Amino acid sequence: MALPTMAVLIFFLVLPIVMIVVVSFWQATEFSIIPAFDFENYEFLFGSNVTYRVFFNTFKYALITWALTLGIGFTVAYFLAFHVRSLTWQIVLFLLCTIPFWTSNIIRMISWIPFLGRNGIANSALISWGVIDEPLDWLLFSDFAVILAFVHLYTLFMVVPIFNTMMRIDKSLIEAARDAGASGAQILWNVIIPLTKPGIMIGTIFVVTLVMGDFITVRFMSGSQSANVGRLISNDIALLAYPSASATAVVLLLTVLIVIGIMLRFVDIRKEL
Amino acid sequence: MTATQQQLELVSVTKRYGVTVAVDAIDHKFQPGGYACLLGPSGCGKSSTLRMIAGHEGVTDGAILLGGADISYLSPAKRGTAMMFQNYALFPHLSVIDNVAFSLKMRGDDRSGRLRKAGEMLELVDLSALGDRLPDQLSGGQQQRVALARALITRPQVLLLDEPLSALDPFLRIRMRGELRKLQRELGISFIHVTHGQDEALALADEIVVMNNAVIEQAGSARIVFNAPKTAFVAQFIGGHNVIALPQGRFAIRADAVGLLHRGMGHLQGSILAVEYQGAHVSVLARVAGDQDISALVPEATFFNDPLNPGDQVGLTWDDANLHKLTA
Repeated sequence: MALPTMAVLIFFLVLPIVMIVVVSFWQATEFSIIPAFDFENYEFLFGSNVTYRVFFNTFKYALITWALTLGIGFTVAYFLAFHVRSLTWQIVLFLLCTIPFWTSNIIRMISWIPFLGRNGIANSALISWGVIDEPLDWLLFSDFAVILAFVHLYTLFMVVPIFNTMMRIDKSLIEAARDAGASGAQILWNVIIPLTKPGIMIGTIFVVTLVMGDFITVRFMSGSQSANVGRLISNDIALLAYPSASATAVVLLLTVLIVIGIMLRFVDIRKEL
Repeated sequence: MTATQQQLELVSVTKRYGVTVAVDAIDHKFQPGGYACLLGPSGCGKSSTLRMIAGHEGVTDGAILLGGADISYLSPAKRGTAMMFQNYALFPHLSVIDNVAFSLKMRGDDRSGRLRKAGEMLELVDLSALGDRLPDQLSGGQQQRVALARALITRPQVLLLDEPLSALDPFLRIRMRGELRKLQRELGISFIHVTHGQDEALALADEIVVMNNAVIEQAGSARIVFNAPKTAFVAQFIGGHNVIALPQGRFAIRADAVGLLHRGMGHLQGSILAVEYQGAHVSVLARVAGDQDISALVPEATFFNDPLNPGDQVGLTWDDANLHKLTA
């Protein structure tokens, strides 16, 4: 049984990555790609200011999206796991959370555009309520729009693992804490959050990798005004600069692996797998 | 017993879940400083009663008094009770000593003070060496002692134990029940222990409260409940009894008070259905007229002087003083 699985993994996972690593050392001109073993792609990448700015931007998106999805995801999961008493309602409400996922990512993202645009629903509503006089420009094609779309797209990836971990918390632990005189906030801080850490960590890995690898959300929602590493790679590919795209991809892959490696130092998720 | 011991009293305590009545207007005064067992089959309302005393379930009706004060609507921690949970409910992410010190932390004690007190508590349950371990690194018996220490650190007036021995293997169960009893004597506080095991209740309790169908069937000392069951349910649940319908009414008689004679003699005639060797005794099950089954517990030596086999006809006899009239 192990052999076919290994073959599939090697063919579809290991080989493509090896290929990317190999190509990242090749040379390219405007019209040709030359197999070689040369560090010029990496030298150019690390020598350019743009790279650092774009990586910084990528981390910024990841960090803000993480904080917001964690806040919303934890609250939703907490409500479902501890305030909804019957299992039927828990399942119904949980399925309700997943309904937006029945449509494609792109469609859900694009639907924000008429809502947030200069003459969109948000602006006209705010004007008619008298909250603002002039339409807000920063609602669409801005970092705000990018992060809003990320949060909308990826919060469920936080809800599911956290909810899953919370459902495994023995309810008698909550009673034992109350028996010991703990208030609601103390129970949350001393019992529920520590026991939910593995779920939080799995959700964090999902959200961070999804946001750091994304390019389409940033392109659409920033109106091509912001960049992250994914867009750097997609631009290179559009210019057929495969070696340069590969080098950027390798650096991004290593960065994400290092981030996850650091996170796994803090929390043991083995029990959840 | 000292004067500070406060009496726990249930006054027409009722618990309803929708239309089902889990506990139906029960009244009981627990002996202060005693070891009480709530005994009954599953679903009889004993656990609901315990959880209402602890404050983890609200009372639908009635009142729970401790030392004369109504505690029915106080939060669990303010009642002067502490609960030990069935599966111990130890916090898996906290070390043994932090588990024991949890309530002190919630109260806001500083770290050195609460660790010192928790250390004393661990000494009481003989676990000082394991303070740094996590609960899942302990055996079942050790986990139980941690749960005990955690419950006792709040200095409760009444300790509530929800089937504390059911998760242990039989050998450990007998050892731990000895330790529970010893601890209760040393501390001098009331223990209320929920169990469905009559042997456990008989071995531990100063006072047994037998519950069935949401009401108390009988309450009293272990000897009285065992020797003079009031109802057929108690006689059957406590074990070792026959319930016999005689022309004068229904009676309970202990199986070891029933003697076997040759056919034609004694009070009733029957034929033997089964013979079971139990070591010190031999249990003989006989069917008498009216399809009643009566078991007799005969000392081993007596039985093998004149062995009987299934199918043999025998006479059953007893001393009328050993018959107890049943009210229900």
